[in-house]
Amino acid sequence: MSKKQWFFGFLVVLAGAVIVFAPLLVRAVPPTRRTFRVEASQFAYLPAVLQVNPGDLVTIELVSMDVVHGLYLDGYGVSVTADPGQTAHLTFTADRSGSFRFRCNVTCGALHPFMIGKLQVGPNLWLWRAIALTALAMLAILILHPSLPKAQAS
Amino acid sequence: MRLMRSELTRFPLVKTLLKNRWPQLLVWFVMLAGFLFAILSGFFGTPVGNRNFGIVFVWIAWWAVLILVAVPFFGRGWCAVCPIPLPGEWLQRGAIMDPPGKKPRWFNLRWPNRLRNIWLQNLTFTLVALFSSVILTTPKVTAIVLSAMLFLAIGMSIVFERRTFCRYLCPVGGFIGLYAQAAPMELRVKDKQTCLACKDKPCYNGSPAGYGCPWDVFPGGLMKNTYCGLCMECLRTCPYDNIAINTRPFSADLAKPSTRMDEAFKAFIMLGAAMIYAGVFLGPWGGLKLAAYSVGSLAWFGYTAAFLAFTFGLLPALFLGAVWIGKALTKTTLALKKAFTAFATALVPLGLMFWVAFSLSFVLTNAAYILSSLSDPFGWGWNLFGTAAITWQPYLTPLLLPLQTLVLVGGLLWTGRTAQKAGLEVKISPVPVIVFSTVTTIAMLGLLL
Ligand code: SF4
Ligand code: SF4
Ligand code: SF4
Ligand SMILES: [Cu+2]
Repeated sequence: MSKKQWFFGFLVVLAGAVIVFAPLLVRAVPPTRRTFRVEASQFAYLPAVLQVNPGDLVTIELVSMDVVHGLYLDGYGVSVTADPGQTAHLTFTADRSGSFRFRCNVTCGALHPFMIGKLQVGPNLWLWRAIALTALAMLAILILHPSLPKAQAS
Repeated sequence: MRLMRSELTRFPLVKTLLKNRWPQLLVWFVMLAGFLFAILSGFFGTPVGNRNFGIVFVWIAWWAVLILVAVPFFGRGWCAVCPIPLPGEWLQRGAIMDPPGKKPRWFNLRWPNRLRNIWLQNLTFTLVALFSSVILTTPKVTAIVLSAMLFLAIGMSIVFERRTFCRYLCPVGGFIGLYAQAAPMELRVKDKQTCLACKDKPCYNGSPAGYGCPWDVFPGGLMKNTYCGLCMECLRTCPYDNIAINTRPFSADLAKPSTRMDEAFKAFIMLGAAMIYAGVFLGPWGGLKLAAYSVGSLAWFGYTAAFLAFTFGLLPALFLGAVWIGKALTKTTLALKKAFTAFATALVPLGLMFWVAFSLSFVLTNAAYILSSLSDPFGWGWNLFGTAAITWQPYLTPLLLPLQTLVLVGGLLWTGRTAQKAGLEVKISPVPVIVFSTVTTIAMLGLLL
């Protein structure tokens, strides 16, 4: 690799670091109370995607429509279990931003390990960062290694 | 970072361990015992998947080791210890350890020429994939699939010569072979001249020291890892000590683009299946899960149609479009088909990394079941190691998204480089193919993050 390529590679890594770590200003929305009624049945939550803002006080009313189901929230580590026909409550402050899966934590049947929903706290920044990183990777390949010997092109 | 090429078999200990039949036999027995136990627990244990040894050990533990470690780093390393073809092979040889007898014992037919490709494996994998929601979650069905593989392998060993099941039918073997090309490990001859001068070619034909290549490969002609099962037989039979196991840079085999349509489609099937699985198994869409699970229902037929249309239609069509644009940009006379298969080679690292990203999530969130089913393999309330009642929780979830991003972006870089090399080989611009790979990577990110 030439000096120029090393320098360019360094720039790419730097740009990648900026994309991953840059603090992004997200318009702060004053926190509120939010309550969701989530119906759990084999093997899905309804609604399956919950959107809240950072700082919100979130209450999930988990209603089981058939057998015993649970809800375990990745990243927060909180959980709740609802018996058939019953409603269980889970309240927490959404103080971590990002995208978190929640999963059933009571074996409820065949597809139990795949009973999954999603809590979105604020915008899904990580996804946008990842997409930017992907675009950067593509540009880096195209620029670092101009791929065709020019003589062959046309 | 470039892994230096270095011969592992130059270390006497490594060589002895691989050449001697006993260590391998020992591992085989352990694997076979585990395999039979998985079948037993599938048939007789609890019908609850995540409490059953068969399901948990095959689809969580084995799968994790296979796709996260064995394939990326050791290529066909799994096939070296896989128990599935062993009973058939032993029957075929009439021996477990003895040097080969003179006469073939059974029919010993040659596999038909028309089927000497991996289209059948593409088919078997697709079939397994279409029923995967049921196979993955129902112990009995897993047990049936595993036994079917075992008996098919036995039947084929009796009718045909060598390991035809592995070469042409095993649903797992197809993609292990494809992705083995990316592994930093290979078995090759040290010196081709020695092979030219070697008269009897015992590595292929067998000798009193061992069997001719069970995978029907001539080691002297090995250019890529795809079809060598790392069974170590040629290490035993070569009278000139001409077989070596080397470390090498990642993806060494991919520098030479494939010319085969069956391998190209294997790449599409794997890429498409990884994306569909990410949506079905890890997504929040309950209807999709039920459709994939309700085999025979109208919804399942819809799912099947969509699965087939995506992997065999949409993905290859978009890719073909990309190749066509690249061809138009560079004005070459090369046949489109050749350019298509050559560039499909670039999808090998992409697909492998898609599977790694998918499996990271699948495995880390379900790993807790490994400990509990180890203590209570049949779900009968045993507690062998005191870990039966361990509470389920996903592991390392804060690391998951960054890790998956790293894997996918790394996969794209790797694929981009591979596409550029293929482009140089066929003298066609790889840019559209790189754009295609970028778009699929972003789609995968959207499904996983
Ligand atoms: S091809 Fe399939 S059956 Fe044969 S050794 Fe590999 S995984 Fe096992
Ligand atoms: S036996 Fe050894 S030297 Fe002879 S062809 Fe095979 S690998 Fe080459
Ligand atoms: S005999 Fe050698 S070339 Fe053939 S599968 Fe075994 S290790 Fe590979
Ligand atoms: Cu459940």
